[in-house]
Amino acid sequence: MTTLQRKSVNPIAHLTAADVEAIGRELDAIRDEVIASRGARDAAYIRKVISVQRRLELGSRAVLLFSLFPPAWLAGTAGLAIAKILENMEIGHNVMHGQWDWMQDPKIHSTRWEWDNASPASQWKHSHNELHHTYTNVVGRDNDLGYGIMRVDESQKWHPLYLAQPLWNFVNACFFEYGIAAYDLELGRNLATRKRRRAPAFRAAVKEVRRKIGKQVLKDYIVHPLLSGPSFLHTIAANFTANLIRNLWTHSVIMCGHFPKGVETFERTSIEGETRGEWYLRQMLGSANISGGRLMHIMTGNLSHQIEHHLFPDLPSNRYAEVAPKVRDLFERYGLSYTSGPLPKQVASAWAKVFRLALPNRDDSATAPLAAPEPRGLATRWQRTPV
Amino acid sequence: MAVVQALRSGAWRVVELLSTPLVPADYLDEIAPLRNPGVLRCRIEQVRPETRDAVTLVLRPGRGFRPHEPGQYVRLGVDVDGVRRWRAYSVTSAPGGLSVTVNAVPGGVVSNHLIAHARPGQVLHLDQAAGDFVLPPDRPAKVLFVTAGSGVTPVMGMLRTHLGELRDVVVVHSAPIPEAVVFGAELRELAASGRIRLVERHTRADGRLTPEALAALVPDLAERHTWACGPNGMLDDLGAYWDEAGLAGRLHVERFRPATAAIGEGGKVTFGRTGTVVDADGSVPLLEAGEAAGVLMPSGCRMGICFTCVLPLTGGAVRDLRDGRLTTVTEGEVVPVQTCVSAAAGPCHLDH
Repeated sequence: MTTLQRKSVNPIAHLTAADVEAIGRELDAIRDEVIASRGARDAAYIRKVISVQRRLELGSRAVLLFSLFPPAWLAGTAGLAIAKILENMEIGHNVMHGQWDWMQDPKIHSTRWEWDNASPASQWKHSHNELHHTYTNVVGRDNDLGYGIMRVDESQKWHPLYLAQPLWNFVNACFFEYGIAAYDLELGRNLATRKRRRAPAFRAAVKEVRRKIGKQVLKDYIVHPLLSGPSFLHTIAANFTANLIRNLWTHSVIMCGHFPKGVETFERTSIEGETRGEWYLRQMLGSANISGGRLMHIMTGNLSHQIEHHLFPDLPSNRYAEVAPKVRDLFERYGLSYTSGPLPKQVASAWAKVFRLALPNRDDSATAPLAAPEPRGLATRWQRTPV
Repeated sequence: MAVVQALRSGAWRVVELLSTPLVPADYLDEIAPLRNPGVLRCRIEQVRPETRDAVTLVLRPGRGFRPHEPGQYVRLGVDVDGVRRWRAYSVTSAPGGLSVTVNAVPGGVVSNHLIAHARPGQVLHLDQAAGDFVLPPDRPAKVLFVTAGSGVTPVMGMLRTHLGELRDVVVVHSAPIPEAVVFGAELRELAASGRIRLVERHTRADGRLTPEALAALVPDLAERHTWACGPNGMLDDLGAYWDEAGLAGRLHVERFRPATAAIGEGGKVTFGRTGTVVDADGSVPLLEAGEAAGVLMPSGCRMGICFTCVLPLTGGAVRDLRDGRLTTVTEGEVVPVQTCVSAAAGPCHLDH
């Protein structure tokens, strides 16, 4: 348990091992039901989103040819920002998760998709699908927790460098796509030693990222601006702004997924020999939703249903809203708290944590072991990070 | 000329940069799906019912489609319940047009979907025509076509194109009842005008056609080049009869389904590159097991002929569904297997 939340009781202390496995079986049943009913309606949905996104992007880029005129600049920039967000979130993220692989359409398949982002799809799929989704919220294993540059849990030792972490976080938010690329490359780890820096696999990965970034930069900051002739500089500014908006938005949504109050983190040893039920439980406790309307869900790539997404990462995103009431009901029946809140509240909560952890823990009790009741019937691997 | 070419390829690279990470055609697809040079598609122009359970689809192929030879088939990719499924259909039109006739297969997902839901304007995925069930450039003087059920479709393509070049044509066609004869009216008209000799056999009344019965119906059978298409049972019988008569080179057959004789043991199939693991039944080809798990599998004829679906087997064992032959690979060995006619025989590992 994190001291931040000041929980005096272990949130799963009341669950027996049999309860945890029963939760797993119920979630499997929800999953099976969706898989059995995937069909033309779902296929039509993703094709529609892709079509709207492409038309919006084409239209916005066309308008930006005349970005010298302020109304054109505003409309084009707004449209392009929305198109980029849709492309990254509801389309790219979800396609690369394999949510649409069942359609057998090579144009909408996780192994073929490349997205409008600095990080090449192959590297992102590894760090996101394999690492983040497997080791969700496990301190030291899940790099999504603080991206290796921030203190995200009281149990992490404080260092004066962390005083600046609100600034790091803001800079990371502004240039989030490059942050993702850097962290998919595990730059921090791989630049640390000469041997790692020279490893052929690392060098090949760097080359791939450089090529991808090169093309992306050429597109947004050279070719499209050149095409707009006298609007050259205005189009550069427009594309930069659209990328910035996309970065800030995706960063905010992703912070809301695992940072706000109510989300648990786990210690490294807690996941050894984890059962399926326990894995599900960790996803349930380690994620938070964003409440809102249909538009909010689409614009967040349905990561507003972060809990449902983490339970079922490869179910079509349009189905998360549908299974959410069942998942919520399950939380309630088993006395677990389903963390959810409106976007501004969740963003504020996540930022508050960033600020708070920039400082050393306030009292000594925070670093002393907490007298929490032993979880009944659960293996010790289900203990929280010691505090 | 070289300058123009350099300019064109340079301009194209700029267009590619404009659309990166997608390709320009991905945007073009929004307005002109038939113009995509990288993805072949066709539009349904007309849907014409033939019998109670057969419809002809008149198709307009997209850019890049190469004309077929009569007797060949095309593969159509049809989205059924959101899932792209590929099936081969014999072309029934003369080159220049593109028509296929879809016959209902009992329990057939794609055929029944097309018969119920195909409408003009819909866009299907398409592959180039393929198959060697065609007449030779030197047209034989005497030809016999033996067909049953939907097996008449490739032959219809040949008759519609080549009839003028053939002097002596006999068509022996079997169908359960007269009303079930696909292209019945057209065949009977050709017969009435004396351009072909048509023997219609209605199996519900007359029973299944045996090679002996066929020999009685067509006494000069040995002098003819024969093209046969229909159920595997009939084709196997004809093959044996022709072999025995020493006429094997004169019989050309087209099968719609692989002749399966065995089932595998089933097992866990691992697709190494995607990391997908599926429990595959011993009767399910690896191709279908992979597709059902969302793996993008290369595929072609789906009956063991075209070798498009071949993937490297790097571990375990598979059984050939046609003859039960077992292929086992040992550590470090790599054996290409036809996934459309091979099923798991225990755990196996494909490098895909």
